[in-house]
Amino acid sequence: MQSFDLGKEGLRALNSALHALKGQTNMTKWEVVNPKGAHAIAAGVDAEVDITVRGSTGYYCAGMNKLATIRVKGSAGPGVAENMMSGTVIIDGNASQYAGATGRGGLLVIKGDASSRCGVSMKGINIVVHGSIGHMSAFMGQSGNLVVLGDAGEALGDSLYEARLFVRGKVKSLGADCIEKEMRDEHYQILEDLLRRGEADAKAKPEEFRRYGSARQLYNFNIDNASAY
Amino acid sequence: MSDFPTTPPRFSATFTPAVNAEIRRAAASGIYDIRGAGTKRHLPHFDDLLFLGASISRYPLEGYREKCATDVWLGTRFAKKPIHLDIPITIAGMSFGALSGPAKEALGRGASEAGTSTTTGDGGMTEEERGHSKTLVYQYLPSRYGMNPDDLRRADAIEVVVGQGAKPGGGGMLLGQKISDRVANMRNLPKGIDQRSACRHPDWTGPDDLEIKILELREITDWEKPIYVKVGGARPYYDTALAVKAGADVVVLDGMQGGTAATQDVFIEHVGMPILACIGQAVKALQDLGMHRKVQLIVSGGIRSGADVAKAMALGADAVAIGTAALIALGDNDPALEAEYQKLGTTAGAYDDWHEGKDPAGITTQDPELMKRFDPVLGGRRLKNYLKVMTLEAQTIARACGKNHLHNLEPEDLCALTIEASAMSGVPLAGTNWVPGRNGF
Repeated sequence: MQSFDLGKEGLRALNSALHALKGQTNMTKWEVVNPKGAHAIAAGVDAEVDITVRGSTGYYCAGMNKLATIRVKGSAGPGVAENMMSGTVIIDGNASQYAGATGRGGLLVIKGDASSRCGVSMKGINIVVHGSIGHMSAFMGQSGNLVVLGDAGEALGDSLYEARLFVRGKVKSLGADCIEKEMRDEHYQILEDLLRRGEADAKAKPEEFRRYGSARQLYNFNIDNASAY
Repeated sequence: MSDFPTTPPRFSATFTPAVNAEIRRAAASGIYDIRGAGTKRHLPHFDDLLFLGASISRYPLEGYREKCATDVWLGTRFAKKPIHLDIPITIAGMSFGALSGPAKEALGRGASEAGTSTTTGDGGMTEEERGHSKTLVYQYLPSRYGMNPDDLRRADAIEVVVGQGAKPGGGGMLLGQKISDRVANMRNLPKGIDQRSACRHPDWTGPDDLEIKILELREITDWEKPIYVKVGGARPYYDTALAVKAGADVVVLDGMQGGTAATQDVFIEHVGMPILACIGQAVKALQDLGMHRKVQLIVSGGIRSGADVAKAMALGADAVAIGTAALIALGDNDPALEAEYQKLGTTAGAYDDWHEGKDPAGITTQDPELMKRFDPVLGGRRLKNYLKVMTLEAQTIARACGKNHLHNLEPEDLCALTIEASAMSGVPLAGTNWVPGRNGF
């Protein structure tokens, strides 16, 4: 286990060391102590390593992550795992705005609540939130799956493309062009897999969720839908 | 019937035939007019400035004997690997999707042969442009289509796009006609849908967030790449100051003459300011912060000739970018294709329905048959020639002003032809020492 004291050695040294791991197979276990809410912790990692951050992080922790498993033993600031490509990011606490924004792959797990715009413009990422999510989540979501064990705030899935949204609790309101859709076998299978990998299978069952997706009415411009644009 | 003379038919200056035609079009179709390119209205522009040239008080440099350098460094503030270009005329961001793959290749070929950079657009990085561009600027846009850390790292610079001159405050649009399989795949979207690009970034809002976003991009790329921030010409003093505060290496400022692939005509014609009105304010912001020439300024929007390049640089820009002019150099709107433009209900020089993907020149299209008409090697050569001519023109003017580097051009080399141009540019009205609005007058 490599232990890195962020308070002493600084962000540049941390990310430089983590980036140097690309293509290496040793030094695969890392621990970051004293994060103290710093921004861009473990951003741009491109290696199959396991990184544990002992404390809370600022903006863009695990930004654009590839391959790495990153665990935050605290809460995460805005844009955690933004544009993630692959790998796994697990937040033990809560996540601020834009969690998983534009993520293209991999799995983001938030064991607490996520704030507004969770999964905004998501492009293939899978997100599992054990708690609830705030307003405008999955805005313009293109693909991937957002699983919420708690409730969703206003305007869920506004201007949605092809992302799939699964919510167990209440949805305060659906955004423009987002509708409830039928749960089919394939969706139960997706949920079963994501609940297991998202460490939530003891908390919820696939059949407790409802599915929301795009009504596809805004895909090509129509003046009679102008108020929805 | 009276024998008195009759009143001749009189058209309204407000409800002109063109205005009335647009009202009828809107009433019939139920959709606003969407088109490509930049504003077509008459605006105060570089044509309203003139160079004074040397005489007794200043002496000129010999046109064919004495050196006038043209190179420029971009990104010297923080980047470990700043960019060094042979000429200060760069190629502006234009997306694969809006343009065909061969057109992007031609831009890369021409720019590289002329010693300058080209820029990706709202659609990600293609092999055509990376492979053929010696220096490639990778745009970081609100949509994040195609965004990935590998392309960030193989770019030579990163341009965080906050806005563009054709539509400050607006997002992008690529209509279904141009969403081919390849474009759809790069953007993670279903084929054939109208693709909307957001007007704001999904994971930051405001200058304090932008500072942290830039920090993240620098960390991901190990502080190697210059980071540009591009803004549309709307509030250039404050936008430039805030971009500098947020940590930009380079500010890219695009006036309302700057083109777009597709946007509402009402947006193109009624939002933003002409580039002439933007440069002075941006330079003032840089000077007030002590950052002029430390944070470089690239300006764009209606740059057509070496004279425009020289004027922009005399006003304080470090470099310029061209988009529309580059497309024309490649063959866009060529009168040789007049018969085909006529079939599309337009004429060479006026064709702007780039969003429809029917470009007879094969440039603004994803139609495989139309794309075949465009030769990227020939297109690249034409662009190189054009860039070289512009550079020679700018050098000619700079030498006449006694300057041994384009960067030595200064506002004192200029005069303004109109009161409007003088007030906007801060250059005195010709024959006077008067700048309207300055010193209380």
